[in-house]
Amino acid sequence: MKKEYLKIDKVVGPLIQVSDVDSVFYGEVVNIVEIATGNIKKGKVIKIEEQHVVIQVFQNTSGLAAGNSIINFTGESFNLPMSLDLLGRIFNGIGQPIDNGSEIFSAIEANINGRPINPMSREYPRNFIQTGISSIDTLATLIRGQKLPIFSGNGLPHNELAAQIVRQAQLGDDVDEPFGVVFAAIGVKHDDEKFFRKSFGESNVMDRVVMFVNYADDPIAERITTPRCALTAAEYLAFEKNMHILVVMTDITSYCEALREISSAREEVPSRKGYPGYMYSDLAALYERAGMLKNQKGSITFLPILTMPNDDITHPIPDLTGYITEGQLVLGRDLFQRSIYPPVSVLPSLSRLMKDGIGEGFTREDHAEVANQLFASYSKVQEVRDLSQIIGEDDLSQTDKKYMAFGRAFEAEFLNQGADESRTIVDSLDLGWKLLAMLPLTELDRLSPENIEKYFPKESQVE
Amino acid sequence: MAVIEQNQAKGIISSINGPVIKGRNMVSFKMREMVTVGEKSLIGEVIVLEGDIGTIQVYEETEGLKVGEVILPTGRPLSLNLGPGMLKNMFDGIQRPLAKIQEVSPIFIPEGIGLLSIDEAQLWEATITAKPGDILLAGAVFGLVKETEVIQNRLMVPPNLSGTVVSVVPDGSYTIKDMLVKLRDEKNDIHELKMAHQWPVRTPRPTAYRQETLVPLITGQRIIDIFFPIAKGGTAAIPGGFGTGKTMTQHQLAKWSDADIIVYIGCGERGNEMTEVIEDFPKLIDPRSGKSIMERTVLIANTSNMPVAAREASIYTGVTIAEYYRDMGYAVAMMADSTSRWAEALREISGRLEEMPAEEGYPAYLPSRIAEFYERAGSVQTLGGDEGSITIIGAVSPAGGDFSEPVTENTKRFVNVFLALDKNLAYARHYPAINWLESYSGYIKILSDWYEDHVAPDCIELRNKMIELLYQENKLLEMVMLVGEDVLPDDQRWVLEIARIIKVGYLQQNAYNKEDTYVPLAKQYAMLKAIEYFYEKGRAGLKLGIPTSQLKNQEIISAFIKMKYTIPNDDLSGLDELKNQIDSYYDALFKRYQD
Ligand SMILES: Nc1ncnc2c1ncn2[C@@H]1O[C@H](COP(=O)(O)OP(=O)(O)OP(=O)(O)O)[C@@H](O)[C@H]1O
Ligand SMILES: [Mg+2]
Repeated sequence: MKKEYLKIDKVVGPLIQVSDVDSVFYGEVVNIVEIATGNIKKGKVIKIEEQHVVIQVFQNTSGLAAGNSIINFTGESFNLPMSLDLLGRIFNGIGQPIDNGSEIFSAIEANINGRPINPMSREYPRNFIQTGISSIDTLATLIRGQKLPIFSGNGLPHNELAAQIVRQAQLGDDVDEPFGVVFAAIGVKHDDEKFFRKSFGESNVMDRVVMFVNYADDPIAERITTPRCALTAAEYLAFEKNMHILVVMTDITSYCEALREISSAREEVPSRKGYPGYMYSDLAALYERAGMLKNQKGSITFLPILTMPNDDITHPIPDLTGYITEGQLVLGRDLFQRSIYPPVSVLPSLSRLMKDGIGEGFTREDHAEVANQLFASYSKVQEVRDLSQIIGEDDLSQTDKKYMAFGRAFEAEFLNQGADESRTIVDSLDLGWKLLAMLPLTELDRLSPENIEKYFPKESQVE
Repeated sequence: MAVIEQNQAKGIISSINGPVIKGRNMVSFKMREMVTVGEKSLIGEVIVLEGDIGTIQVYEETEGLKVGEVILPTGRPLSLNLGPGMLKNMFDGIQRPLAKIQEVSPIFIPEGIGLLSIDEAQLWEATITAKPGDILLAGAVFGLVKETEVIQNRLMVPPNLSGTVVSVVPDGSYTIKDMLVKLRDEKNDIHELKMAHQWPVRTPRPTAYRQETLVPLITGQRIIDIFFPIAKGGTAAIPGGFGTGKTMTQHQLAKWSDADIIVYIGCGERGNEMTEVIEDFPKLIDPRSGKSIMERTVLIANTSNMPVAAREASIYTGVTIAEYYRDMGYAVAMMADSTSRWAEALREISGRLEEMPAEEGYPAYLPSRIAEFYERAGSVQTLGGDEGSITIIGAVSPAGGDFSEPVTENTKRFVNVFLALDKNLAYARHYPAINWLESYSGYIKILSDWYEDHVAPDCIELRNKMIELLYQENKLLEMVMLVGEDVLPDDQRWVLEIARIIKVGYLQQNAYNKEDTYVPLAKQYAMLKAIEYFYEKGRAGLKLGIPTSQLKNQEIISAFIKMKYTIPNDDLSGLDELKNQIDSYYDALFKRYQD
């Protein structure tokens, strides 16, 4: 039975209030039909107080007023039809096709909010994904089923990096394990969306990509549903269809801003910088949908991208993200300005899952030690650089001068690589050894004698 | 008990706002009563009563609820079923076993699964120690059940009951629902004692009295055991920004500390971290019992994507379980990762109640809630006459990694050990990234006798001396940053050298290394003592006018840096050899200078 109402009491930003409503449920989807044009807007019940209901409208609310629209309660939750036909298609942020293709028809429908995965049902992710990028593979290894965000800044090449990862990443163990990409664009410029679409086309994966796009000039309330639609599709493909899915999502910052705008329209008590107090839980409801399951082949690997306002990593958006995700790849403006691509700032970058996915049988036995040593030595480079700022490079000790040289080479050769260059993990590790050999052996306290014996490049050994 | 008329006791949902709903017709409900909500019978708890309007926090997803649906009372506050069957298992924030939920729904956690708790069908071998005619006071033990390979569950008279034993069942296999002992109380009422009893989570379980804690919780982690020890029955906080090592440290403590029982609460954190515990713990052998560490562990999981009201409850669920085992006379250690998520859950509920916020949106009662929580730690004489303790170690996740925010600041007021994690140390991969200048332990004084008796008479003195060196280093490094190391006098450069050994060779501890992940106290002490020996040797050399550059023997230094890996935990003779090596090198060197 459909329930229709005429009376809109109030429109506040993306929210409308309706009175005298009976027996609707929390989370129910509503259609708002503009009488004059027949245009339908979608919304969802987000608060019920006796007979009063607050509806969050996913499209633009301008023009909505008492008397010009019919509110139609559908009696349904926000569900999307799920099928393999999603692959190769493009949808808007509420899951409607925008590629002139047909609607998706399927008996299988899924609620876009998803449900928490039982920790008992999860499989702890352990499989190494080679991205072909030295800094990532060696120092912040991506693991299948991981959620690893890219913390970027405006104007930094995060899109290029994400596209390169999509192109180069080997998701499955065998060639015949099906993989796919779910791409969600939240509040992005048309250019950025086009860039990704072109890049997917060039790497011939377009027929394995599902895109959900909310442009910068699209309604902000739709930004709330965009990632949920995308993750629902990802869950279906991964856990029902056994595919390895890489979810790329940009820009989480636009998502959080939409959250803030709606929260303020609801007159909620804000927490830091005006963002709602529940932003942590809200983001977690997205990020935690990544993972692997026991006795299931498929996986969801999640690469959300966010731009840090003012490059500030303590801003609530990167901060709360970092508290939920399994590490982060941080891009640095200084590296970018020195034309180093990808400008991965390795010290604040971290992959928490790499410990179990590297080493003998996964990458190579020396991986952990090389990574530790590179971190330790490069962090010492920062100290030496600070010192040389004060006393001048010439007055540095012999050892410190070697650190300066090591730092430059590390950035120019190890971090820096071509946008189309894919290095194997063995190449990356060997390169790491070659650079470490620029330092005196006594400084390399994270390397074991056995590995030094085996991998230390003999000819370049000084002293 | 008065029988309440059914329709009178029914509340009617009148408003829904996320996890907070309101109901009409709720006069007969009680504050903090557990209720079931709506057609799906979601579990909730009454948190405000005003006239006939009740406000309820719901522990499950509320999507799909309608105004007009029914709220039913359960007649009791949110309570746990305390009995055998908790160890080795993982529960959600209101003690529902996740393994059971998985049987109902293999992947995702659905709502409306109802009130599940510990297994009611499992048979346990019970030995009944009470005899007819015995007088049993509250908390007295009336029987024993081997709950796991390493833990005897002592069946206790509930804390609010006492009386004379009327009859007992013979030893044998029983479920937690079976009557084991009949007890007649003062009023001549008969009570049936079973293996399990109910206890409300928000009420601390009573004890005979609190006593001073004089024994450390040995964790096998050098920076904790030697530098910032935690007393059994004490409180500690581990604050740190994301990725600094809170969870790793908590996991290390859960794995290796010498408590009898571990209660680990994943409060608003990652699902994979709980999965990791479930996968790893059964494989790890407790150095003391020789059995898997899972045998002594209870897990509570409310991951960050699970309902937020149950997050608020999970902390109380955990601490109530801890109290239950404490009352059996066990030393319980409880880890809560992260208490900040609990505080944020309080904030979210408070916001939905439209309460007046205090700092950063947190409710004004945040400090008192934090205090109440940590006050449930302690070393006690139990009602049953045993000694038991609860040590609480809470992780704190400060917004922006800045310790001057309300949760960190208020936690600091109520805990005695503060293990401050440092982003810069974590960036440099110095793990555990516990900052030795900012951290402190308030237990050094009361534990010093223990250390002197059980480790070495000069243990605390040695610790103080080494910390002092680190403080000196900090000052010197500030100078080095201005002028470079070369201009420092030799004795100061020697301090820098030794401090580096303390930092890299001693304080850094590799959780992923078999030998280093857990280190016995004897080795912890001996390592530090060896560093001191080296330090003093160098100072003797300085007195002879030997420059630091000569004193620095790379071979010896590198032996110190690697001693954590090269010296086996059970054979410290390598450290004596190191001392011999030092002697022979420096004696020769000194000789050259003396001549
Ligand atoms: N003692 C240690 N030994 C080795 N590695 C460590 C240690 N402590 C921390 N790490 C490293 O730091 C990473 C992050 O640690 P952890 O997950 O404990 O951080 P956290 O403080 O709990 O972060 P969050 O607040 O986001 O949960 C680990 O994945 C590991 O790589
Ligand atoms: Mg953590």
